[in-house]
Amino acid sequence: MGDVPVYRDEGVVLRTTPLGEADRIVTILTRRTGRVRAVAKGVRRTTSRFGSRLEPATYVDLQLYEGRSLDTVTQAEILHPYGAQIAGDYGRHTASAVMLEAAERFTVEEREPSLKMFLLLVGGLRTLVAREHAPRLVLDAFLLRSLTVAGYGMSLDECARCGEPGTYPNLSVPAGGVVCPECRPPGAASVSAPALRLLIALLSGDWADADASPSPARREASGLVAAYLQWHIERGLRALPHLERT
Amino acid sequence: MYEGVVQDLIDELGLLPGIGPKSAQRIAFHILAADPADVRRLAHVLIEVKDKVRFCRICFNVAQEETCRVCADPRRDQALICVVEEPKDVVAIERTREFRGRYHVLGGAINPIGGVGPDNLRIRELVARLADGTVTELILATDPNTEGEVTASYLARQIGPMGLRITRLASGLPMGGDLEWADEVTLGRAFSGRRVVEA
Repeated sequence: MGDVPVYRDEGVVLRTTPLGEADRIVTILTRRTGRVRAVAKGVRRTTSRFGSRLEPATYVDLQLYEGRSLDTVTQAEILHPYGAQIAGDYGRHTASAVMLEAAERFTVEEREPSLKMFLLLVGGLRTLVAREHAPRLVLDAFLLRSLTVAGYGMSLDECARCGEPGTYPNLSVPAGGVVCPECRPPGAASVSAPALRLLIALLSGDWADADASPSPARREASGLVAAYLQWHIERGLRALPHLERT
Repeated sequence: MYEGVVQDLIDELGLLPGIGPKSAQRIAFHILAADPADVRRLAHVLIEVKDKVRFCRICFNVAQEETCRVCADPRRDQALICVVEEPKDVVAIERTREFRGRYHVLGGAINPIGGVGPDNLRIRELVARLADGTVTELILATDPNTEGEVTASYLARQIGPMGLRITRLASGLPMGGDLEWADEVTLGRAFSGRRVVEA
């Protein structure tokens, strides 16, 4: 008997695309296998045994059958229905959509394990669903940390060019973070002290400080995170323009 | 590769959704072997459908006239509007013979990752239809999946302040299934939406 090409893993559904009459291709970020694409047969029928188990942002325990280009989902059990819990909350839903799209883009290669990205996504969705913090803050914290995991971390407590420690009032997106007066390239944006403080709080997970931030600082920080993200991942995220303005 | 027009036909068929090269070849040879009158009829409806079909100016369902059959029918209840994603949903609901009101076809559902936001749907047109106060109930019949739920909750939030009754299609266990196979979300919905059994 050769190896049976069936494997178990758990993961978060990132995206679903219709396939044929009643099937879907689901893109899943799994804990051990990385990002996989699999066919879910008959999932669009109202009598499908998968039901809501393979909807976007659902955390599932899966059994998959390995195929040549696409795997096939044979069983799925819900571990946590994050997506269903926030479908009625437009602000949180759009934030989760950006998180899912970013997670897909940050895991460039299929089947390359990315445990950190997986844990970050599950943590981000859990925080979003808990409704303890503003959705945009949760999203920005997720984006800043996933940029770090992907190797594009924003330098906030030392100059991105010379490494001189300190918090500086100028931020250069191409340079990768704050820049000291000597290194400051032309076109570096000026960043206010409250916005910089918020960015540092979001990156380090200091929620007490982040929750206390004033709304102009939040808007400024969100703008900087969005600009930084767009620069480093080249093609923009499609979900980003649909975020609810606060 | 086949010669000339046969290959052209295979190429054209291959552009259709869900039709791969092998299926395209199979359909092409079916057409070659078919009765010329059948093929002429197929060609005729293909041209006719593009020439004649347009969108109803009231509900945006597919129509042959300026308004669709449902909107033009005076017996339909003017006080009820059922909001659906696509024209095929209108057909599905019409088959039930349960609904005697009119429709509004959004043209999709909110899907940020797919690049579809509220502005890409016919939501403004829906709000305009509700402005004169004739409509007293809006039934949200978007798909029972994440995109459909998000769209329904977005509409409820936008239209709620207009003061009409807004309802959502019940969601729960499908007829003809076993309880043990139901997923947690669906079963949970079935519980929260349970109703009194008439004695």
